[in-house]
Amino acid sequence: MGGTEADIDDFGGAFTLQRADFQALLDALSKLGYDIIAPTMKDGAIVYGAIRAVEELPIGWTDDQGPGRYRLSKRLDGALFGYAVGPHSWKKYLHPPERELWRAKRNGNAVTFKTKPPDKQKRAFLGVRACEIAAIDIQSRVFVDDLYSDESYETRRRNTMVIAVNCSSPAETCFCTSMDTGPAVSGGYDLLITEVVEENAHVFVMKAASNAGQAVLAQLPLKTASPADVASSRAVIRGAEQAISRTMDTEGLRELLQENPEHPQWDDVASRCLSCTNCTAVCPTCFCTTVADHTGLSGEESRRLQTWDSCFSGAFSELSGGSVRQSTKSRYRQWMTHKLSTWIDQFGASGCVGCGRCIAWCPVGIDITAEVTSLRAKPKKEA
Amino acid sequence: MAPLRKPKLAVWKFASCDGCQLSLLDCEDEILALADTIDIAHFPEFSRRVTRGRYDLSLVEGSITTTHDRTRIQDIRRRSKKLVTIGACATAGGIQALRNGRNLTEFISVVYAHPEYIDALATSTPISDHVKVDFELRGCPIDKAQLLETILAFLHGRRPSISTTSVCTECKARGTVCIMTAKGAPCLGPVTHAGCGAICPAYDRACYGCFGPMESPNTTSLAKQWSALGAPRDQIARAFSTFNVAAPAFEKTARAHADKDN
Repeated sequence: MGGTEADIDDFGGAFTLQRADFQALLDALSKLGYDIIAPTMKDGAIVYGAIRAVEELPIGWTDDQGPGRYRLSKRLDGALFGYAVGPHSWKKYLHPPERELWRAKRNGNAVTFKTKPPDKQKRAFLGVRACEIAAIDIQSRVFVDDLYSDESYETRRRNTMVIAVNCSSPAETCFCTSMDTGPAVSGGYDLLITEVVEENAHVFVMKAASNAGQAVLAQLPLKTASPADVASSRAVIRGAEQAISRTMDTEGLRELLQENPEHPQWDDVASRCLSCTNCTAVCPTCFCTTVADHTGLSGEESRRLQTWDSCFSGAFSELSGGSVRQSTKSRYRQWMTHKLSTWIDQFGASGCVGCGRCIAWCPVGIDITAEVTSLRAKPKKEA
Repeated sequence: MAPLRKPKLAVWKFASCDGCQLSLLDCEDEILALADTIDIAHFPEFSRRVTRGRYDLSLVEGSITTTHDRTRIQDIRRRSKKLVTIGACATAGGIQALRNGRNLTEFISVVYAHPEYIDALATSTPISDHVKVDFELRGCPIDKAQLLETILAFLHGRRPSISTTSVCTECKARGTVCIMTAKGAPCLGPVTHAGCGAICPAYDRACYGCFGPMESPNTTSLAKQWSALGAPRDQIARAFSTFNVAAPAFEKTARAHADKDN
């Protein structure tokens, strides 16, 4: 659990907010000009959307997840954050599925280009999990810290307040402990919340790590956290750690994938894989896009749109003469090898944060952790 | 930069319900501007004025079901610089392809009062089985925005920006929660060609595949998952036996789940 121990022990400067006062947090964020984006229930799942009132959170609900399966169910308590992650990730806001890059207009022989100013709306992401902070960090490495910086992403990221919530209720699909990304939050937040629900108490232990976070805390009716509050917070994190049973053995994984492009397991997974692109859409780190120009009727106007793309589509690897990756086998191999192996070569860390979304939202329940296990097994042909 | 002459557009109907060519008339906000850009030279549903001769772009709706139509499509191809087929009938044979491999004479005797008037082929086949097709636009019916995009692309000499991936890409782009995963609904979205904008799942209804197979449809794996979710064999067979029943990937899985006497 690299790096997390320190934060679990570091509740210095922590405060408590009573459940009855939680709306004050939302009101303070609104007053400070933030759009509040938080978990909320829609169409049988917990998704991310704009909220203003505490009642819009999934109060007393949790998620039961498994390969290709997601269901909501009632909890026995009234926890506000008693669930893992759903089909949406924060990339929907930081790296939206569609974005206009420019529009052009022809005036005689001249062409003028217009770009929209970057989106500067202040947003507060409420309920960000440790694995999701890791995912945001990974995408920021791609879009901001790489050779070229994407102004659009950078502006949205800069205007986002991250209000993290320590995970209390991991799903069966979670494996953050294998990827060293959670469940305890360690850095990357403005405010950190640990929700403590006990028989006679329901409080939020809060801590700020930035001036923006401090400014929010200053608006709230807080009390200094007691040693008992801190002990309860630690118990929440320990409980989450113990609740995670799924694992992915990452030892030598980078080499394993690069050395086994012809492993028979790729044929096996290709027989199940639908190449439907769901795993890449729900993955909080997948960042690939395509661009297409759209011309107006008169031929005087044109728009260039950037949209999410996926390495599971044929067009993704299309060059002159056709698609390089014709088979589903080659596409799945590309996705998994990039995510878990060549990502390390490219960006210095794995592209997987262990959130389990690709497992739950694969319509046929392909489980990336099980695929790793199968790839580790000796090919049957040679056995 | 006005071209020397406006390109000529023709719209043709074969065995079909008219719904796809009506999508062009449904472009109410754009049709006048379109008529400024192109010469709508042959489109009987739009105007009685018909210009004979050759056309720059032909839109073909419907499937080939008669000997007469089999000859007519050859003539249209010869007179069209570019030929684009529109809709499930033209691109896959349509719902009427349910008769393929079955006893047509028996069907005719049940349906028509005077079977002797009917001169039909034993099969309903897509246009591409008969002539070279430059582009296929999917759907039952087609999407009017995709139709406009296709016409514009041909006018400007570029490739249409039409995705060939699954409906799932459109569900995910609009943030729709997957009804197969979250509700166990038997959805054809993962094997169905995008283009509709994922309308049905957004209204809590499983995709029924009206755009036909996507570029790499693993219908076998999807059918297996449907079984695991509790769908009986005949439901799977029926799901793959609608507007795109004769599209090979759908036909294969429909057959694999059909009872022997069907």
